[in-house]
Amino acid sequence: MTYGFYFNGTRCTGCKTCVLACKDKNDLSESINFRNVYEYGGGTWTKGNDGCWTNDTFAYSVSVACNHCDMPVCMANCPQGAIEKDADTGAVRSDPEKCIGCGTCANACPYGAPKVDTEIMKSVKCDMCADKVAAGEKPVCVEACPLRALDFGDIDELRATYGDVAELAPLPAASETSPNLVITPPATAKPAGDTTGAVLNPREIS
Amino acid sequence: MTITKEHSLSRRTFMKGSALAGLGAAAVGTAGLFGCAPATDSGAAGGGLADTAAVEEKVCWGHCSVNCETRCALRFHVVDDEVKWVETDNTGNDEYGDHQLRACQRGRTIRRWLNHPDRLNVPMKRVGKRGEGKFEEISWDEAIETIASEYRRILDAYGPESVYVQYASGVNAGNIGGFLNRLVNMNGGCLGRYGSYSSAQISQALPFLYGGRAANGNSDVANSKLVVLFGDNSCETKMSGAGPTYHYMQGLEKSGAKVIVVDPRYTDTAAVHADQWIAIRPGTDAALVDACAYVMITEDLVDHDFLSTYCIGYDDATMPEELRGTGASYVDYITGKGADATPKTPEWAAAITLVPAATIEALAREIATAKPCAIYQGKGPQRRGNGEQTARAICMLAVLTGNVGINGGNTGSDLDGYYMPAWFGVPAEDNPVEVSIASFTWTDAVDHGEQMTATRDGVRGADKLSVPIKMIWNYAGNCMTNQHGDINHAHEVLSDESKCEFIVLWDTFMTDSAKYADILLPDLMAVEQPNIIQSEYAGNMAYYIAGDAITSPKFERRTLYSVLTDVADKLGQKEAFTEGLDEMGWLRRIYEEQALPGDPGAPTFDEMMEQHIYKKQCPEGEHVAFKDFRDDPEANPLETPSGKIEIYSQALMDTVADWELAEGDLIHPLPVYCPEAEGYADPLAEKYPLQLTGFHFKGRTHSSYGCIEVLKAANPQELWMNPLDAEERSIVDGDTVRVTNDRGTVEIVVKVTPRIIPGTVAMGQGAWHDADMSGDKVDRGGCINTLTSHRPSPYAKANPQHTNLVEVARA
Repeated sequence: MTYGFYFNGTRCTGCKTCVLACKDKNDLSESINFRNVYEYGGGTWTKGNDGCWTNDTFAYSVSVACNHCDMPVCMANCPQGAIEKDADTGAVRSDPEKCIGCGTCANACPYGAPKVDTEIMKSVKCDMCADKVAAGEKPVCVEACPLRALDFGDIDELRATYGDVAELAPLPAASETSPNLVITPPATAKPAGDTTGAVLNPREIS
Repeated sequence: MTITKEHSLSRRTFMKGSALAGLGAAAVGTAGLFGCAPATDSGAAGGGLADTAAVEEKVCWGHCSVNCETRCALRFHVVDDEVKWVETDNTGNDEYGDHQLRACQRGRTIRRWLNHPDRLNVPMKRVGKRGEGKFEEISWDEAIETIASEYRRILDAYGPESVYVQYASGVNAGNIGGFLNRLVNMNGGCLGRYGSYSSAQISQALPFLYGGRAANGNSDVANSKLVVLFGDNSCETKMSGAGPTYHYMQGLEKSGAKVIVVDPRYTDTAAVHADQWIAIRPGTDAALVDACAYVMITEDLVDHDFLSTYCIGYDDATMPEELRGTGASYVDYITGKGADATPKTPEWAAAITLVPAATIEALAREIATAKPCAIYQGKGPQRRGNGEQTARAICMLAVLTGNVGINGGNTGSDLDGYYMPAWFGVPAEDNPVEVSIASFTWTDAVDHGEQMTATRDGVRGADKLSVPIKMIWNYAGNCMTNQHGDINHAHEVLSDESKCEFIVLWDTFMTDSAKYADILLPDLMAVEQPNIIQSEYAGNMAYYIAGDAITSPKFERRTLYSVLTDVADKLGQKEAFTEGLDEMGWLRRIYEEQALPGDPGAPTFDEMMEQHIYKKQCPEGEHVAFKDFRDDPEANPLETPSGKIEIYSQALMDTVADWELAEGDLIHPLPVYCPEAEGYADPLAEKYPLQLTGFHFKGRTHSSYGCIEVLKAANPQELWMNPLDAEERSIVDGDTVRVTNDRGTVEIVVKVTPRIIPGTVAMGQGAWHDADMSGDKVDRGGCINTLTSHRPSPYAKANPQHTNLVEVARA
């Protein structure tokens, strides 16, 4: 079975509970997030002859971690062969014994999932809470979400339930890595590659 | 912590797992619905069980107790008396209506608060000048002796009216904070206070309209066709998975109602829910309402039956007899037949609100024709210099359209919910002192209390104060400076040690307020002592959360109760104060005596402490405010003088008839727009052309959690500014800027974003003030109250903390 994440953009308020719950469980510092919430938005303002404003502002939140891709570019690019994909779960994992912390995976991943922990000089990232999943539970981010906007499970079942959308701005085209991700786009969603908006919270991402 | 058990686990696996993955890797479990239960070794607990060392792992329940207005469950994984990681409620099947009480990002970082290296550990006394932040460790004996003797000295010299218990909301647990008032009331009481920093204007304005402040539970939007939110930003203020944000989401998914958000900011609430965002100039919501009323009246879209049956003051027919024909009714005012002879047309409002007239017309028609329509306001619109008028005015949209007292409608007030049958707390007995001040005016009462009067300053219970405040008790609050208006002014008042002579303050950190303590005491957090909390604003599902101390007290930290018990002992009142009970004894008593009698279905105390969560559905399905009145207005009149909705309030005008209002302050008998002092039209805008509004920020609850590094990194303190305003000032996103007015200067990073109306900048409130108060006083912590005013609002004499004029420049 291959596991994947589901993200419901019509429910996500951008509250970042997923990010902080993950940081608590994994004891991460300020500078490393295994999951990030992107604020994507844009819009322009126009002043009318009456002095009043009109605008077409939009914004939405996208919560994303490692998507344990079917074509993991982190794995393909790792010079040490340290990254492998678990045959049973689909989890993409880095072997700390082999990893030299060169950061190639971090640069290669279009989702920004792997990070180099400079204290231990190893690549670190979401392991889909392997311990919890093995115990029949869901990852901590999923259990944490106040809006029940995240889910996790057999990717085939997720796709059967929620469809097969796996991309929207600011995420890359799904064809790049075949992520095990299903998305319900928010009403104002823009397509992957959109240039009408921008990530509005760059200083919150790490 | 009723059950603990040795639990075998490979120490080696445990340590290996924890290096990267925290203890979550070692001990995640489904155990622990009851008591502090041993966690199971499910998951990664593998490894050779032969090679084991005993590791005691417990899962203890508690709650996040800060004042965001929801309450959330936390499950603490405790090893060797240390919290290692924290889950939220993950029990049950999470079906909506019996859903998990999931905490938000704030609660999920509570471990970093509990274990923070900067926590206060020992009692201290001030050694420098007050406010310098210089302290010296003392013994508990010295602390208790000093508190008891100073308290007695001040009582003897100035009397109980000189004693003040500061407004504070950092600990919300029914069995904890109330002990302070219990002790004080046993000693003659204290100067009372009315109104909160949260909702003073709306709380005191709406009784003139409705006889009280009430709203439907917001889960009731499941029955709405249209939902209009004025400054309601629950998705950032009350983010939890048990409170209004979750209920809005569930309710709106069910009803499919259209949502319109009226707000200066494109908030996260607008981003996730709004079909339409109406960007409005801060402080002008009432003008928007007036113009909507104009459209509804002139196009005959109002609910005449409702207005004639349930209301007075709409038109001449229901005005007080002596005022008929004088142009004083609501219709007269709106249509231009009143004293100002100004029709409140959409064009009139457009110039004030910056909302195009066509947008206003469409909004009015949409509200009038969608049945039912739910009008809600947040507490932002009322936290202003004209907040009392704004709060009443927004409600008029519900009144004009007859949406009051029905499912899917609302009163126009801020959202409410279903509550447990009884609210419980430590019996504090009555305060023997009958004189009170508005909470926000305490700096005036310290500075020149003897000059404060009923008619000018809102003193209640006497014509004037007889004595200034000479002693302040402050338990788990940050309103001495950080959360009060005009920090630099508060600093001047408090640092004069001849004015307030003694300040005793409890906290877990050296907050900005703590720097002004004379005696500073290290508190235990609510989850480090027996704790129980009742839900607040929880839609149609009320609940309790209960827990015991998750760890033993560390360092010399003590509970409020144990400290006050020692103070009472010094005062010769220990028996009367404690009645022979410890913390758990009080918890049992208040639960059994207050909670149980009104709710036969509730668990016993022992059951409650075992099951930790008790949920109860609203018996009527949804809480609908004033439903009885709507169903039968004769049998169930409102608590207004007429028993009806008083659009024209003679009672308000009678109350303020002899008041002396400050220049620019307005109180109107009708719920209509009034300009505010330091509003956009104030001449001061020539010098400070930008309006600055605060908002409740995701990364904190007020100032609570404000020092947690991972939250600060994920939610950086930034000034929101529209690209047009930024361009005009050569400012780009990420710049450090200075925000300045005559009261102070804040240095802060700017977020240039289209998500805010031009001409307005916004700053999340509650960031920790960080300034050299003996130097330039520039606040590099980004605390908005460096810039806010301590001038109170016209009627409630409350905090106008969103009404500010500033200029912004690159630092």
